Parts: sequence; C-alpha cells; structure tokens
Amino acid sequence: MKRKIPLAICLIMGVVMIIQFFIPHPISLAFNRTINNWVIVLMAFALILAIGNLIRHHGIRISHRQANWPYSAVTLLGMFAMAIIGLIWGIEPESLYQKIYLNIFAPLSASMFALLAYYMTSAAYRAFKARSLEATLLLASAFVVMIGFMPFAQYLHPRLPAFAEWIMQVPNMASQRGILFGIAFGAIATAMKIILGIERSWLGGKE
Amino acid sequence: MWGLTACAVSVQYTVFIILILAISIVPPTDVIAHDHPNDAGSSIIISWTPSQDNEQIERYIIFRKTLQDNEFTNIGFVKNTVFTFVDDQVQDTLSYQYKIGALADNKLYYSHPSNEIRSYPQNFHTGRINILVGIIIFGILLVIFVFRAKLGKKIFIRKIPGLEAVEEAVGRATEMGKPILYVPGLGDIDYTSTIASMNILGEVAKKIAVYDTPLIVCNRWSVTYTVAKEVVREAFATEGRPDRFKEDYVRYLTEAQFGFAAAVNGIMVREQPATNFFIGSFWAESLIMAETGAQIGAIQIAGTDQVLQLPFFVAACDYTLIGEELYAASAYLSRQPLLLGSLKAQDYGKLLVLLLIFVLTILAFLNINLLPILTIQ
Repeated sequence: MKRKIPLAICLIMGVVMIIQFFIPHPISLAFNRTINNWVIVLMAFALILAIGNLIRHHGIRISHRQANWPYSAVTLLGMFAMAIIGLIWGIEPESLYQKIYLNIFAPLSASMFALLAYYMTSAAYRAFKARSLEATLLLASAFVVMIGFMPFAQYLHPRLPAFAEWIMQVPNMASQRGILFGIAFGAIATAMKIILGIERSWLGGKE
Repeated sequence: MWGLTACAVSVQYTVFIILILAISIVPPTDVIAHDHPNDAGSSIIISWTPSQDNEQIERYIIFRKTLQDNEFTNIGFVKNTVFTFVDDQVQDTLSYQYKIGALADNKLYYSHPSNEIRSYPQNFHTGRINILVGIIIFGILLVIFVFRAKLGKKIFIRKIPGLEAVEEAVGRATEMGKPILYVPGLGDIDYTSTIASMNILGEVAKKIAVYDTPLIVCNRWSVTYTVAKEVVREAFATEGRPDRFKEDYVRYLTEAQFGFAAAVNGIMVREQPATNFFIGSFWAESLIMAETGAQIGAIQIAGTDQVLQLPFFVAACDYTLIGEELYAASAYLSRQPLLLGSLKAQDYGKLLVLLLIFVLTILAFLNINLLPILTIQ
C-alpha cells in the first residue's frame, strides 16, 4: 500500500497532465495553473524541511565542536542575520538587506564565477595533452578554433576564420544534435517509465 | 481668345487631377479576420493585403468595433512591413469587425471593413498532433519491448564504462574509509535529468547501504532535498539496512548557484570524498566543482544532459555519462528486465526519427518540403 498509492498518484497525474498539454481550453489552462500553485505550496513545505536540515546539520557541528565548526557558525549567522534584517527592515531597493546582498553576496558570487577561468586553464592543460589519437585530434581542432576566432587569424590565412566557423557549425553541431536526440528520447522514456510505474528506483525499486 | 482660355483651364484641370492622383494613397485591401487557432479563446488574427503605395505608408492602424457599436475605435498599430495583427483583447461572446487605416502624411486611408468574426476556445491543439503521434508510437514500442523483456527474451545492452565503474568507485571509497559525494545537479525536481539522477542515486545508495560507506548528497532545491532523502532512505530499507541511514547523509545547501558551488567545493576540500558523482543538470559551475574534485584526487563519475557542459566533465572527470547514458543508467545498474526493455524502445524510437528525418530531407531536395510536419507549436 505504501508504494501503490504514490504509484497511482503518479500514473493519474502523469496521464492527466499529458492530456492537458493537448487541450488549450480555458478550463484546461485553469487546471494547469491550479496544479502549479499546488507545486508552489509543496515547495514552501519542503523549504521548511530543508531549512530544518541546514540548522540541524550545522547546529550539531557547532555543539559537538566538530572539525571546522566555525564555518557552520558563519553559515547559520549569515542565514539568520539576513532573515531577521529582511523581516524587520524590509527588502526594498534601498534597504540594508539589498545593500548586503549587492555589496557582499553579489561580489562573492562573481568571484566564484571568475574562478572558472583558472579551472578552465587547469582542465584544458590536462585535456589537451596529446596522449592518444582522440586527444591529439581534440588538441588540434581546439587550437584551430581558438586561433580562428581571434582577430588576427585572417592575416595568418584568409580562410582560417571560415574553417574555424565550419568546425563549430558542421562537425561540432552534428555531434551536439546527435547527443540532443539521445537526450530527448531518454527524457521521454524516463518520464513514461515513471508514469507507467515501470521505473521504481525513486520508491526503493521493489515491486 | 476663348479657345486659349478653355485650353488653359483644361491644362490646369489635368494638372490638378494628376496632383490629386499623385498624393492619393491606395488603402489596404482584403482585410480578413479569423479566430486564433489552438488557443483558449479571446484572440482574433487580422490580416490584410498591403497598400500598393506601401513605401509611402508610415504605419498601419487597426480599428475595431462590435456589431452593436457605430464607430470603429483604434486598438493598435504595426509598421508598414507587417501585415497581420493579433487582437487578444476580445470577448468570446461578442462579434467584431475590423478595418485598417494606412497612415501617410498625417492622413488615414481606410480599407473596407473585414468580415464579422467571433473568437472561441479550442478543445484540441491541432499543432501538437505530431507530438501525440510520437507519444503513441513510442508508447507502443515501449509496451512491445517491455512485454518481450517480461517473456524473458535476452536483451543486449552495450557496455557503458561510466556505469561499470560505479561498483569500483563505491568499493574504493569503502576501502579508503572516505565518504562518497553525490550531487544530483542544480536543476529542480521538474527537470527530467534530476529525476533520472534520483533513480541513479537510488541504485548507488543501495550499494552504499551494503558497503556501509558514508554518503553526502548535496541539494540545491528544497524539493530535491526531500525527494533525495526519501530515495536514499528507501534504498537503505530495501537492502535491509535501515539502521545504517543517517539524516546527515542528505543535505540542503543553498539555492544560489555559485553559493552552492562554493559549498560543494568546501565539502570536497574539508571532507575529502574518495568518489564524486555529478549527475543531473549543471551549468557554469560544472567545471568549478569537477576540477576541485580532480585536484583532491577523487574518482569522478559525471553525467549531464547539458550539452555545453559535457566537454568540461570529459576533461575533469574519470567517466562521463553522455546524454542518453544518463537516462539509461538506472536500467543498466538495476539490470531489471523491464527497464532494459524500455532502453530498446528508446533505441528504436531514435532509429525511427532518424529515418523520418532522412526521408523528409531527401523529399525536400526533390522540392517536396514536408519538414514543417516536425515543427512543434
């Protein structure tokens, strides 16, 4: 019974939502909006559980003085400080909440994103080592594309920019589309398997 | 004298007529209004044949009236290169008539009124028939192959190195006494890739339950967190080890994209997992996390449906599930005949679509363009 009810709900809602997709009538659209509102309500309940997990996890680390517990203290301090500041002084554009967000959080996020350049260099060094035929082909094509997209490429050879563009638009695009086909069918198959109750890994996998 | 005067008047009159004709603009014609197809009603499409003097026209102004109204009212305009207008401010209970005014030199040149029209909602989206046909064909294939699998027919599935390595990766972490890190992507639960990742998590968690290896599942979204927690708990229960499940195994971090990446990197550096799984939807943070994992020496298995992130994972991870392999993983790991049967259906579905595209492309070369039947609305 514990598994049959979720499977039944999954089947009914899956089939109903597929039918809804083909009916543009206002009643059908209103139904879709209602279901989406239910999802928002469910998300609100799930957020309580998630925040509870965050507090519990870091609370235990602090109370047991586990390794690196000060990081947990900073996490909880940051979370509660932002919640209290937002609740008391509001979140309007000129509020303290927004100032903290724009002057501390946003630059930190941007810094994290900026690290990507460093990680790209490090990963490229490893990927472009010509250890095998495939890696050598990768290195050669990447070299041609990178040089081809630079402004001075046309001075090296007038056809180099066009050749780099061809690599991106023909062999690269063809393989990307092949992968996309696989992804599309995989996604459809996964959805159908779950709706029909064939896939039950999310329920522990047993009959 | 009279003759000369008459001649002069005649010339003046002719010049006047020519001038009138020169500055007169031919209004647009053939104004046709029809209901907007495949919608929820309250929308009418108006189209017209442009004026012959289209180059002199600044814009077309659309006028509307109900059958009860006496006067037309202005409801909008389009530039002189557009000859259709969608009026989505109508009521399904009323009939309307339209006319188009061509604006040139601050003067309006009106068309004849359009036909009377009333909008109404449709009960079936005809633009999605191709999807319906696709679902039916794919559903039939799925039923056939699942039924064949049920009958015990042997199904060949090619080797997927990334999935073959799961057992080894879990075993390695157990031997080293280090945890296993699992990131089910940064997509919420409405992403199919996240659902596929949850299926894989279930299979991985079953192996972890047997080996009793610590697990860290990092979640970006609250719903994903609750689902992941239940999946892991159920997997432990299925393996008969519910006591080994710890609440701390599944963690909620943050919804902020780079905040999440920073938190996962922090966990990797502090807790030094022996194995990392990055399976689901990833964006710019993919390489930040995968490269950190490579630097701490973890064995890494990644899988994503985000084509642009695949090269990053290939460069930084030991094994990468490319595209459809992500969706095949659950069947591959569980080896359940029913799930393996569905993989075959997937392959045949792909073959059918490729054949269809091939045939339609050949026909297009022969000037028979049927490719629009593949367009999705």
